[in-house]
Amino acid sequence: MAAIKAHGSLISTATNRVLVTLYEKELEFEFVSVDMSTGEHKKDHFLSLNPFGQVPALEHGDLKLFESRAITKFVACEYANKGTQLIHQDSKKMAITLVWMEVEAQQYDPVASKLVWELRIKPLVGMVTDKAIVEENEAKLAKVLDVYEKRLAHSKYLGGDCFTLADLHHLPTLQYLLGTQSQKLFDSRPHVSAWVADITARPAWLKVQAMRKKH
Amino acid sequence: MAAIKVHGNPLSTASMRVLATVYEKEIDHEFVSVDMRAGEHKKENFLSFNPFGQVPALEDGDLKLFESRAINKYIACEYADKGTQLLYQDSKKMAITSVWMEVEAQQYDPAASKLGWELAIKPMLGMSTDTAVAEENEAKLAKVLDVYESRLAQSKYLGGDCFSLADLHHLPTLHYLFGTQVKKLFDSRPHVSAWAADITARPAWLKVLALQSQQ
Repeated sequence: MAAIKAHGSLISTATNRVLVTLYEKELEFEFVSVDMSTGEHKKDHFLSLNPFGQVPALEHGDLKLFESRAITKFVACEYANKGTQLIHQDSKKMAITLVWMEVEAQQYDPVASKLVWELRIKPLVGMVTDKAIVEENEAKLAKVLDVYEKRLAHSKYLGGDCFTLADLHHLPTLQYLLGTQSQKLFDSRPHVSAWVADITARPAWLKVQAMRKKH
Repeated sequence: MAAIKVHGNPLSTASMRVLATVYEKEIDHEFVSVDMRAGEHKKENFLSFNPFGQVPALEDGDLKLFESRAINKYIACEYADKGTQLLYQDSKKMAITSVWMEVEAQQYDPAASKLGWELAIKPMLGMSTDTAVAEENEAKLAKVLDVYESRLAQSKYLGGDCFSLADLHHLPTLHYLFGTQVKKLFDSRPHVSAWAADITARPAWLKVLALQSQQ
């Protein structure tokens, strides 16, 4: 099996997206910490892994990849027979999973990420939360979650009966939003709330949380 | 009657993204026009195809899909043996293609879409351009295209030697931006310029533009 190195930062949502996938697939890997506070991600060495200077990046033997959602797809396909099944083989089920993966990336994440930045990251680095931006994005997130509530009323997970990347990709931003004022948006929608409780309790996700506590 | 129906609007970049794929794969299909000016995309019938009320949507037999990039991935896989190869079978080549598909969605499209809206669509609708937003996004797009210039200096297409979805997904916004001041960002980067000229000249893309001019 090719040596796997995951380069990233444990506060980065995109890095955590990759780490949880590696744990779900029960893969051996080395975590290489990138020190963003010293601008390491913008220096030549890291730029050779990701020319956009963003974490994470993955080395798999001599293959170098970046963009967390491309990395998770590669890992899910390459190790289809190991650990948790994270994508479907059946083409119709796969198509539906792809739809909800795009929903996460296009509908949910832009809004959720802005809220994470305002409510979690800014306070950490001594910056002031912009309340207008929070209000605007909570309203947008509410509309997205209304669609999720209907979907999850007739499907246990977003892609279908089984947990897949379509659910997993939400974990990092979701975890950050729990414990902020935005948590109410999830709690007030019963199917969404149950789905959140289910996926955040997965052992692989708890391992990522444990990594963060150690560092 | 064709098993595949594409529901959309020929002016919508996301609809054009799907139409380009359908033409590349040489698939029999029916195009069902959605009257966005009449708000048809927000009404019950269309919401049953896409609960987010956005074009396009695809029907393939009894399978209903939305999100243009998910639709395209499904078509590219399901009809792998027809028309142009748009994805790779080899897992390493597929991984690299996935990376650049994510780059289009995460790095290029946010800036390109905002610019398309400000500089191409708003004037068409008699609205005024927000020059601050346009300036900010031109600067962002310039940085993205610097990375593209380096990539395309060592690779004929973004994913590798062959045209794939990683290139195709850019076509609709590229088309709109070429009619604006932003074209200079592409023209001033020789490898990007050559790549843009190549992909916009593809017969399948010209069919999409012909459909647009018929409306």
